[in-house]
Amino acid sequence: MRSFSYEKATDPAAAAARAAEVEGAKFVAGGTNLLDLMKLEIETPVHLIDVNGLGLDRIGETEEGGLRIGTLVSNTALMADARVRRDYPVLTRAIAAGASGQLRNKATTGGNLLQRTRCPYFYDTAQPCNKRVPGSGCSALAEGGFSRQLGIIGTSDSCIATHPSDMAVAMRVLDATVETVTPAGMTRRIPLGEFHLLPGDTPERETALMPGELITAVTLPAPVGGVQRYHKARDRASYAFALVSVALIRQPDGSGRVALGGVAPRPWRSAEADAELPDGAHAVMARLLDGARPTEENAFKITLAERTLAAMLAEE
Amino acid sequence: MSPPIEFELRRRTLLASVAAVAAGSGMAGRGQAQDRAATPPGASTGTVRFTVNGEARELTLDNRTTLLDALREHLRLTGTKKGCDHGQCGACTCTVNGERINSCLSLAVAHEGDEIETIEGIGTPDAPDPMQAAFLAHDGFQCGYCTPGQIQSGRAMLEEIRAGVPSHVTGDLTATIAVTDAEIRERMSGNICRCGAYANILAAITEVAEEQA
Repeated sequence: MRSFSYEKATDPAAAAARAAEVEGAKFVAGGTNLLDLMKLEIETPVHLIDVNGLGLDRIGETEEGGLRIGTLVSNTALMADARVRRDYPVLTRAIAAGASGQLRNKATTGGNLLQRTRCPYFYDTAQPCNKRVPGSGCSALAEGGFSRQLGIIGTSDSCIATHPSDMAVAMRVLDATVETVTPAGMTRRIPLGEFHLLPGDTPERETALMPGELITAVTLPAPVGGVQRYHKARDRASYAFALVSVALIRQPDGSGRVALGGVAPRPWRSAEADAELPDGAHAVMARLLDGARPTEENAFKITLAERTLAAMLAEE
Repeated sequence: MSPPIEFELRRRTLLASVAAVAAGSGMAGRGQAQDRAATPPGASTGTVRFTVNGEARELTLDNRTTLLDALREHLRLTGTKKGCDHGQCGACTCTVNGERINSCLSLAVAHEGDEIETIEGIGTPDAPDPMQAAFLAHDGFQCGYCTPGQIQSGRAMLEEIRAGVPSHVTGDLTATIAVTDAEIRERMSGNICRCGAYANILAAITEVAEEQA
């Protein structure tokens, strides 16, 4: 790990201003992903700004009848919150499907959104990776590259990494919004569907955040009801990243919403695909995965996504 | 065991001499700039005060020191084990303010004021914690390396069930959670046992859960 200096922030806007001012600074909250990457020298911040003391660890109610989740609320606290379990069960289910008990106790809401991909080539510093070292190439797309776990849609010739979060998939299906404070002290609201960028030619750019901008909260609209499910298909029964995950909210009239994890650089959802839900899983996935560019190794994800949704619809 | 502080001094000495050579040849800073754009704006060490097993401790550490290394290398509390050092195996599990965490993925300097409990703090050979006694009674280990983490995780996990934290296998999210084999297995998935003592670990934890019920 590279040497770094460390400070504790006491005010969100001041923390954002400080992060913008110090070149090479990063925020740290739970640190579960950042420390892992710092040990591998994939992340090499020169300065860490500890945001744990900012008091952003509460879940409050919004005027619109939704929830405002402070960025420092732990994954455990969020999934266990009585309001979340009752009104947004897809979120509890998604968080419970990710990581381990120890990690969920430490991992935060904002940090979960900002975690980096688990593409094996991003982690292997002996191999080219455009996300880690821009311009070095994509080992997954190179001759002999392994891509079974990787993305099938929203990817580019530069990068086929996926966003690894389960929580974010549920938040996407719930129409969540990310709230931030900018280095100038302004509040910004970014719909979660626009928060994670598609890689294009710049896979190293992953979010819509500007330098120094700090996530302060995630807001959920008023509860939408319906039957809410999250199904994660993976290689182990627990503590493994998704091959494909499906977040589903289905209303009594058959309408609803679908978001996918494990297939794209961000939680994958479209209004057009949602509209197909009354016609079944095949209709939804034909629309949602239209334009998919899988590799030979991960083309199975198209079939798996459709069958996973079909199984979920059949459960009712 | 080389304390991190000595390594830091060696590295700083090395960087200083590299910088001196670079300055002499008119290329000041370039070698470092290739690696990182900026230099740290503050000290590379920090002082932290926390309690470990009820005892107040104050340590001045390299900022890079994880809680795990602070416990093992600086406080000589070697009961907490280093397995993968990347949060995957759970050998480093200890509790902070009553919650189980991977101490390998947490910076020691970030634990100001925290109450940390390690395996050394929960029982002794003469007066073991019920979970320690149950692991002995059920042969919940072979080599024993993962055991402190398993025990710490198991104790905290039962508290999580009592506090109503649901899991991936919980059926009704609004009902009281039953302590079943499936619940225990799912909640212990962050603790790996290479000897494969899982069946006996499950039996030990189940016994403690039943005693506490």
